[in-house]
Amino acid sequence: MSGETEIRPFRVDMPDEAIADLRRRIATARWPSRELVADRSQGVQLATVRELARYWTTEYDWRRCEAKLNALPQFTTQIHGVDIHFIHVRSKAADALPLIMTHGWPGSVIELLEVVGPLADPTAHGGRAEDAFDLVLPSLPGYGFSGEPADVGWDPGRIASAWAVLMDRLGYTRYVAQGGDQGAGVTDAMGRQAPEGLAGIHLNFLRDALAGGNPPAGSSAEERAALAAITAFKTGGFGYFLEQATRPQTIGYALLDSPVALAAWMLDHDTDSYEKISRAFIDGQPSGGLTRDHVLDNISVYWLTGTGASAARSYWEGGRAAALSAGQARPEVKLPVGFTTFPDEIFRAPRSWVEKAYPNLIYFHEAARGGHFAAWEEPELFATEIRAAFAPLR
Amino acid sequence: MSVTTGNPVDATAIRPFMIPRVPDGELEALRARIAATRWPDQETVTDDSQGVPLAMVQELAGYWAADYDWRRCEAKLNALPHFVTEIDGLDIHFIHVRSRHEEALPLIVTHGWPGSIIEQLKIIGPLTDPTAHGAPASDAFHLVIPSLPGYGYSGKPRATGWDVPRIARAWVVLMKRLGYLQFAAQGGDWGGAVSNVMGQQAPSGLLGIHVNFPGTIPPDVATALQAGAPPPASLSADERRAYEQLAILYAKRRAYSSMMGTRPQTLTGIADSPVGLAAWLLDHGDSYGQPAAPVTSAVLGHTVNGHLAGALTRDDVLDNITLYWLTNTAISAARLYWENKLALYNAVSVSVPAAVSAFPGEGYQAPRSWTERAYHHLIYYNQPDQGGHFAAWEQPQIFSEEVRAGLRPLRK
Repeated sequence: MSGETEIRPFRVDMPDEAIADLRRRIATARWPSRELVADRSQGVQLATVRELARYWTTEYDWRRCEAKLNALPQFTTQIHGVDIHFIHVRSKAADALPLIMTHGWPGSVIELLEVVGPLADPTAHGGRAEDAFDLVLPSLPGYGFSGEPADVGWDPGRIASAWAVLMDRLGYTRYVAQGGDQGAGVTDAMGRQAPEGLAGIHLNFLRDALAGGNPPAGSSAEERAALAAITAFKTGGFGYFLEQATRPQTIGYALLDSPVALAAWMLDHDTDSYEKISRAFIDGQPSGGLTRDHVLDNISVYWLTGTGASAARSYWEGGRAAALSAGQARPEVKLPVGFTTFPDEIFRAPRSWVEKAYPNLIYFHEAARGGHFAAWEEPELFATEIRAAFAPLR
Repeated sequence: MSVTTGNPVDATAIRPFMIPRVPDGELEALRARIAATRWPDQETVTDDSQGVPLAMVQELAGYWAADYDWRRCEAKLNALPHFVTEIDGLDIHFIHVRSRHEEALPLIVTHGWPGSIIEQLKIIGPLTDPTAHGAPASDAFHLVIPSLPGYGYSGKPRATGWDVPRIARAWVVLMKRLGYLQFAAQGGDWGGAVSNVMGQQAPSGLLGIHVNFPGTIPPDVATALQAGAPPPASLSADERRAYEQLAILYAKRRAYSSMMGTRPQTLTGIADSPVGLAAWLLDHGDSYGQPAAPVTSAVLGHTVNGHLAGALTRDDVLDNITLYWLTNTAISAARLYWENKLALYNAVSVSVPAAVSAFPGEGYQAPRSWTERAYHHLIYYNQPDQGGHFAAWEQPQIFSEEVRAGLRPLRK
């Protein structure tokens, strides 16, 4: 195997000093004055971040997260000049369907850890052996343990082609792909590129409806509700998106230098996840898998790998790609598509919108619970969705 | 800051204010934090299109940690007369310099974001002491230079509601409290918005306004801009140019404003990271780039792309950023964006006498045609040759001449 296509085993091993430095920075954090409202309408509430900071320095244990990661087979391999980190779990089941699952922002592979068991080892999680998957969980370029691109151009299309290279390099000749948030953008691009071997995709986020222009007008109550939710998000919750899409370096300085800056920034992705995370810290009431420790596992990955700025840059890349391809027709997704609408997502994608975007829709379901970080909050339910979506493709 | 409190009557008196001497330990701590900065990788582009470039921030930080001297700024500030008074429940800090020319025109000059009173220090001499700066005594001003609520040495509001109209009303109270029955108002950025609103409120005593941040975009043009449409065919060359400048602003340069306008508290970490704060404050653009071109030139110590720093120095830039740091006003200042419901460049409707200076480097250079429609009693309009968004800071001489010429018609 040539050096360039080599797949190298990987372990996470942060130096003690890095963890001590993190704690010191949090302990000496300088706080602004409190928000002037009693809710989240001016942003992440001071009390929430302070409580998160307290827990982070006093009770949180990074080594536990490290151990959890290192219990899984991790690797890196260089693709298109960037080191790509990934978790690779081969199921013990025969005929397991290979699946590459892509996280988003402000997430990481941490979001997907609890679905590894249910998907790779279904019989131990109330599922059937014939629903087993081999799992490939990459870290997006510029995120987590993957390398940071040094040049422009790492848009969802390039990432999608890198993922096809990865699956090929792993010897998979037939596989499926899944993604939410930024991962949905990448997975959608894979669907349009239709690399040899890709048999179908599943998404839990309809990126076009949010990032693009106006969603298709509609008269059903669902469509109106979704449109209203998108409008509300773009009116009041779009700040981080615009900042990262146009000025990622500017916010990047704070994200690298201050753990509380990073934490506050990452908590503000959407109303639902903020409320859930805030409740976990303030009231001690986590929502499913979105526990204090898991939230801090994720934020700590961003901090310790110093990827706050490079992750933000992926929005800039997405914006640039959209601008460059504006007005051009994209290839259709002819491959089979499965879609799950989670009820607490930024907007509930109606079936009509999904059908319009993906004419070859083989699976559509509205799950009972879960929001933007569906896999993280509801791993069992999420796994059920994935199994059901891909069952027809086995 | 040491402020005498007591019964409400005392609080509303004009109280002398000493710029607090920052303890040595605090300055040491700031330097140590800067020196311990954990840096992102360099941007993947060779220009400012991803944000404030790493080389620029590192250059500034290196100087800030090693050679910058806040005491110099402290001394400069303390050489001026400062006061504080409580208006509408909030302590308002201001510099008050009376001209030795008794007939001078009282003028309240308001800064903006990411600025402070630091921006106006170099116009105090030219405006209050014109004969020492090549201008006649008849062009003298008595100057009142306040810190906006939540900025600098003013108090931080503890409840919502301190929007631009409320600030405008507070400024009238301030001038009257100082004994100025007749006065004018000047401003750029938020100061321009405050001055515009003062013009619309038209309180008795307000003789007129001068703005270098005019609100002139006609409604149909504003609608087209929002939609990202190409410029309407009916625009003149000047108007088309302004439209194109605004289109760039809307497409690329408004994230900071959008963020602070919706989620100011989420930026909590810029109170914790000096370099994070500096980058955030540097990210206000002008028509030449983002950061504003003269600021880039000042920080780097040489003229970049032909955009002169003018009078603006690296020390000036750091005086301003350090003031935000020491007063911990990054987030309280951001909240003004959240309070604001006005589209600041959109056409105002001002009937009091108004003078407008459309500097070439401002976000957009307001055409005379639009300006005349928004300012119904336009007593002065000029497009100076030089100067950008931070006009008073970059070009104090030109700026002072504009203010003198603009407000001259108001004098008896």
